Parts: sequence; C-alpha cells; structure tokens
Amino acid sequence: MRRVVITGLGVVSALGTGREAHMQGLREGRSGIAPITLIDPERLLIKIAAEAKEFRGEDHFDRQQLAQFDRVTEMAMYCAREAVAQSGIEFDEALGLRTATIIGTAMGGLNTLDENYHAVYYEMKNRVHPLIIPRLMANAPVSQISMAYGLKGASWSVSTACSSSNHAIAQAFHLIRSGMADAALTGGTESVLCFGGIKAWEALRVMSPDGCRPFSKNRNGMVLGEGAAILVLEELEIARTRGALILGEIAGAGMTADAGDIVAPDVDGAARAMQLALADAKMAPSEVDYINAHGTATTMNDRTEAAAIHMVLGAQANSVLVSSTKSMHGHCIGAAGALEAAATLMALGEGIVAPTINHDEADAEIRLDVVANIARTGRIEAALSNSFAFGGLNAVLAFRKWYG
Amino acid sequence: MIDDDVSIRVAQIIAEQAMLDLDSIEPETTLDDLGLDSLALVEVVFGIEEAFDISIPFNANEPKTSAFNISNVAHIVAGVKSLIAAKG
Repeated sequence: MRRVVITGLGVVSALGTGREAHMQGLREGRSGIAPITLIDPERLLIKIAAEAKEFRGEDHFDRQQLAQFDRVTEMAMYCAREAVAQSGIEFDEALGLRTATIIGTAMGGLNTLDENYHAVYYEMKNRVHPLIIPRLMANAPVSQISMAYGLKGASWSVSTACSSSNHAIAQAFHLIRSGMADAALTGGTESVLCFGGIKAWEALRVMSPDGCRPFSKNRNGMVLGEGAAILVLEELEIARTRGALILGEIAGAGMTADAGDIVAPDVDGAARAMQLALADAKMAPSEVDYINAHGTATTMNDRTEAAAIHMVLGAQANSVLVSSTKSMHGHCIGAAGALEAAATLMALGEGIVAPTINHDEADAEIRLDVVANIARTGRIEAALSNSFAFGGLNAVLAFRKWYG
Repeated sequence: MIDDDVSIRVAQIIAEQAMLDLDSIEPETTLDDLGLDSLALVEVVFGIEEAFDISIPFNANEPKTSAFNISNVAHIVAGVKSLIAAKG
C-alpha cells in the first residue's frame, strides 16, 4: 500500500505569522486570545477573539493579487508559500498534473461578503468591485494556490464547518494513497471575525465572554479565532527519492455523521470516527500517545469528546496525553484541523506536546491528562487529531512519527 | 399567575417554541418539563429579546449560573420585568 507523508507546513494564526512563530507560541503555552482590535468592538457583546493581528495581506502580496484575494485567500497563499519552501518540492509539468489541491473553509470569503453587503444595503451603493465573486467564492483559496504552483490535478474546496480541514486533509491523503495523485497541497483557512460573522456566532450563545478554558470545570464557551495552515503531502517513495525532510506520516482517516442534532455533539458519532481512523491506520488504541482534541471549551463538546475518548481508547485513556490548542489560537472553524495538525506534527517531530492552557480546575466528567497549562516533553509515536463539526460531521486523522 | 401582558407574551413565546397550547404553561413550569433542549432555549431567549426590545445575559454553556434565572416561567417573567424596568 502506498504511504503518505508530510514534507511541508505553513501557518498563520493569532500566535504569529509563520510556522515557527505558531509552534513557539504552542511550546510557550502563550495565549493568542485578546480584546478585538481589527474591527470596532463597540456593538459586540463578545469582545475577545484570537485575531491574527500581525498578518497583513499588504505585507505579502501585490496590488493585483490583493484585488483578487479575500483575507482567507491571503492567509492560505502565505501558508502555501511557506509549506512549499520548507518541502523543497518543485512542481514541473508532470508533477503538477499529479498534484491535488484540497482546502477546507467553512465560510469562504465572509469578510468580502460582509463589506459588500454593508456597501449595498447600508451605504446604499449601487455597484461593487468587479472581482467580488472571484474573491468571496469558497474555492478561491484552492484556485489561487493551484494557479500559483501549476497544480493541475483534482482540486476542490471542502466545507464542513469545524471539520473542514480534517475532511480536506483526509481526502488529499486518500487520493495519494489510492494512486489518484502523487502529491497534494491541503489544509484549511478561515476568517469569520468581521462584524456580521461575530454577530451570528454571538447569537448561538455558546461563546465565552472571558476566555477559552477547554476541559476545565469553569469553562464557559468557545472563543473564535482566525488563521490558516497548509500541508504538503507526498507519496512516501517520491519524497524519499528526492531526499525530502519528512515531518510525519498520515496513517489513516475516519469520517462519520451523527445524523442527530444540528448543533449538539454525539458520543457515538465521535467515537466511530476515532475507531475508523485507528482501523484505517492499523493502529491499536494502546499505541495512541497523544490526541489533539477538538476541545472547544463548550460544556457539551468537552464532555462528549472525553466520553468518546474513554470509549475508544479504554485503559489507554488513562495515560494518553490530550490537549486542546484552541485554548491558545482560538477556534478557527474551517482552519482548525490544519492548525491542529501543526501541533500534532510538533508532538511527533520534536516530542513537545502543546498544553491546554487556562486549565484552572479538573472536571470529574473529563478524567483525562489534558497537559494542563505547561507543554510536556516525551516520545510521541502515534497520535490522533479530532474535529467534530456543527451539523454532526466528524473527521479524525491518525498520524505516525517518521523515523528517517 | 399568568395574567399580565408580560407574563402572557412570555408564555406565548415558550408555548410556541414547545409546540404546546398556552394552557400548558404555568408559573412553576420548567423548560425541562416542556422538553425544550438547549437550542430551543436559545430561541426562546431570542424571541423574548425581540418581543420586549431587551438584551438578556444568557450563556448556553452555563444556563444555571447565568445572571438571568431561567429555572421556571415565573423566574423568566420576573427577569424580563426587571430588564424592562431597567431600560426605563
């Protein structure tokens, strides 16, 4: 069976611009959550978020590109550039034909939509910029990346709310493993931190006004973030032949639907996704050293996810390390799984497990080692990364450490 | 007793969400009694906010510790009346 490895990674998040800034934030257990400053917070009820404050498209792209790019495309393009540079992969005509581009985003160009609805409904303008549609369409990040690198294989965008990235990465992985592609640029990108976007999230009443505290007894909701992460995936022998540095292996993926409630999570759907990922990876529950949790810090998600981990891992649930890095980079919705793949690769590659910060008080309903507040070191051989979306759509990735 | 305008309007909103007759709503009725889940609860809060042009402090993650007491219909009505009074 063909194997699939990761050879490049690019990241933008509230922890910083670039892979190393993001990883350094994770190692330090730094919070990227702060008072909202990129828009006027006056009429907001929830006034905190994990904004990628340092990231400005103007610093990275020219005027023509900026006219075509929403913020989600700017972040994805930055990450693709960083990932391709790290990988050292060179896309000639032949490889371009065999390379897929599959990117997750829940809301696509929401900032562009928000600005232009404001222009036509509020400012009463009768015309908007001619490139609004190419800027806001959900597949814009996919198309711009494929154009920038000449990637002519199967390419599409994936939109499954908070699972978008993991679904995208799972599909890219399956394309390469099955022989339909030899390489892929995959991951996710999201920015919903415009006025209309935050108002819509406020209305659900699941957001914390004061901080993201996953698995802590005093948790009181999620905190929105923005960011992107892009991975270069390659078939193992192709990566080896060109002497690529291998960051880790994707060994399996599991995907399920709860077919239950439009917002409430379900233990069974989450547990089945984890079981399928383990089976696909031929990984025993006892092998799993680390789980990057969905860990949104809502009352319901964290309780449900902990129950699913106990159900799937059995005795191993007592020793597995589980952390939610959303405590630091916020919930980046369609980019969440890709940002969390970065934390998982850090655990596998460096043996540094990112902590769950703001963990004030153990919760008897969780009963897991959540790597409270301070990063942990140790040998991590195998890991899972969970994403459980609104709408009951679950996607779990199984990773292995690469020795080479 | 559900006999003043505010109480009746609140009871109507809850009854509509629970798909029940207004007669089924008593002051002591809890939202659990009516089988309202957390999403329905959020819709009830929104319905009341819109009806009275008030803003209710409510977080679905901690419904029991929110400043607004939603433990039964009488408490909700009392909370709504004080928010209307505070609005002036």
